[in-house]
Amino acid sequence: MSETHLRFLPVITIYFISFSFQQRIEIHKLRQGDNLILGFSIGGGIDQDPTQNPFSEDKTDKGIYVTRVTEGGPAEVAGLQIGDKIMQVNGWDMTMVTHDQARKRLTKRNEEVVRLLVTRQSLQKAVQQSMMS
Amino acid sequence: MGVMALGSTPGFEVWWMGDAGVGLGRGSGAADSPPGRWGRGGGTRSQPLRNPPIRPPQDDNWGETTTVVTGTSEHSISHDDITRITKDMEDSAHLDCSRHLGVSLAGALALLAFLTPLAFMLLPQLLWREELEPCGTPCEGLFISVAFKLLILLLGSWALFFRRPKAFFPRIFVFRALLMVLVFLLVVSYWLFYGVRILDSRDRNYQGVVQYAVSLVDALLFVHYLAVVLLELRQLQPQFTLKAVRSADGASRFYNVGHLSIQRAAVWILENYYHDFPVYNPALLNLPKSVLSKKMSGFKVYSLGEENTTNNSTGQSRAVIAAAARRRDNSHNEYYYEEAEHERRVRKRRARLVVAVEEAFTHIKRLQEDDQKNPREIMDPREAAQAIFASMARAMQKYLRTTKQQPYHTMESILQHLEFCITHDMTPKVRRGHGEVGRVSGGLPKGLVRRAFLERYLMAGPTIQYHKDRWLAKQWTLVSEEPVTNGLKDGVVFVLKRQDFSLVVSTKKIPFFKLSEEFVDPKSHKFVMRLQSETSV
Repeated sequence: MSETHLRFLPVITIYFISFSFQQRIEIHKLRQGDNLILGFSIGGGIDQDPTQNPFSEDKTDKGIYVTRVTEGGPAEVAGLQIGDKIMQVNGWDMTMVTHDQARKRLTKRNEEVVRLLVTRQSLQKAVQQSMMS
Repeated sequence: MGVMALGSTPGFEVWWMGDAGVGLGRGSGAADSPPGRWGRGGGTRSQPLRNPPIRPPQDDNWGETTTVVTGTSEHSISHDDITRITKDMEDSAHLDCSRHLGVSLAGALALLAFLTPLAFMLLPQLLWREELEPCGTPCEGLFISVAFKLLILLLGSWALFFRRPKAFFPRIFVFRALLMVLVFLLVVSYWLFYGVRILDSRDRNYQGVVQYAVSLVDALLFVHYLAVVLLELRQLQPQFTLKAVRSADGASRFYNVGHLSIQRAAVWILENYYHDFPVYNPALLNLPKSVLSKKMSGFKVYSLGEENTTNNSTGQSRAVIAAAARRRDNSHNEYYYEEAEHERRVRKRRARLVVAVEEAFTHIKRLQEDDQKNPREIMDPREAAQAIFASMARAMQKYLRTTKQQPYHTMESILQHLEFCITHDMTPKVRRGHGEVGRVSGGLPKGLVRRAFLERYLMAGPTIQYHKDRWLAKQWTLVSEEPVTNGLKDGVVFVLKRQDFSLVVSTKKIPFFKLSEEFVDPKSHKFVMRLQSETSV
């Protein structure tokens, strides 16, 4: 299982920039009792069935997608939207991870802030339109 | 074949070729007597030749009367002639003293060992019969056991040793020599003790003498057991993988063998070569001339300035090669199209051949028992084959010519094969049918006969399928860096050379497998559906 770290960030960014636009979102975790919560739900992963993903454009995409965003939670405040595909969490790659690994990377107990790199289709369409015009 | 005398009398040619043929056939490290140098000693060995040689006045002059084989002269004598001549030379009896010596020595030793127990038992009876103590039932029991043991020994020796040798090895067979020495020592020591203890002192205890003889027979049986283990059983368990590659066209095979000496492994490889490797067809090896002609068209190298050309030759050739490699040449294109064209031609001819053969086979049919037929119309397989051969001959000839197989199949051989197929797929008597197309009565379906007949020509078969002349079995030479009686080890490479190609054999040890066990509980096979699960974080 290869985990890309920050030093591969420029490579992946350059690769993806030619195809999509990405946004960086910084979420500050909220403490609720003993847990730190982020306020959204994820779906997807390389061990899951990609054809059932309602948010992906390509039905073979096994990436991690945001399936729900709780109202008023830290994610919504930070600007995360439903249907976003999470590419990186704090520099760790999320495009080739299992569902459980993704969950673990998001819910590390010693991290208060997670910085996500997400991409969404509306952004892609906007970029394409702006490039074509 | 090297230097050849052209335009001289056939007798001289035969004489000269024989020398070279024998020299090549011997190979490296012959332990036996040197090959016969005919003409040198004035005929001390009489070799029955087919043509009595007309010996030239001196041997030193042969250099002047022979011509060096150039490209043109090689084509003027076909390959067939050369192989036929060398084969004749090697067939003519070549007395090999050392091999016969070995065999006769072994035979004498075996006879001695066999007769010794009988001698042990008979000598006291003959020499001092009156003084011997009477020996009743135990002796008789011992006599019977000796008889049967000797019989078993005889049968075992016959099964193990009395076999036609399948090859002539260049060096002695170490294990056999060891066994012969062992038997010799055994018998000699028994005779020594017998002579001292029994003959000299005229021992009266006849039962003891008989038991002594029985113990010798037992020892001989154990030696025979040792022979079985050393000669037959040890090599059965595979230990090495041999890769045999033919140098001319790269055909390769892998074989598993056990512990063998290099010479025995070589014979083993050869035995498998004859039925595994497709026959060596030199005509198939060359790239078409049109492709190769452009290859070496010239670069001229001019050296500017420096006059120092002494060590520039390698530099020059390297420059030429580099320039040739960089130049854009399209010979690969031509090769590809030539190949495609050839394929097409072969397929077309093949289709014609298949149709012609099928057509031909419809003309004959089996004779049914209840058919009332004129005896004049009934043919045996040979006649049937001749009858239908004419219609397929042309297609067959064209196909063989296209695939360059025509030297391997003569008309006679094709007829014989046709006869063979007809015989074995239908009953012996066949009746001439008059245009009975498509009506087959009994026997195997016609399609099978046709395919079985054609199988031999559509694919290049192994060498042993063809006529004995093609085998050239006596021409192999074993080339090896290690002594050929050494056992096989990992990394040993030896070469089996023949005139036109060689088989390079390399050895690798079979890996040591470490098998570990994993127990799987049958109840542990459980599965879940792949769903899209959602986790909130």
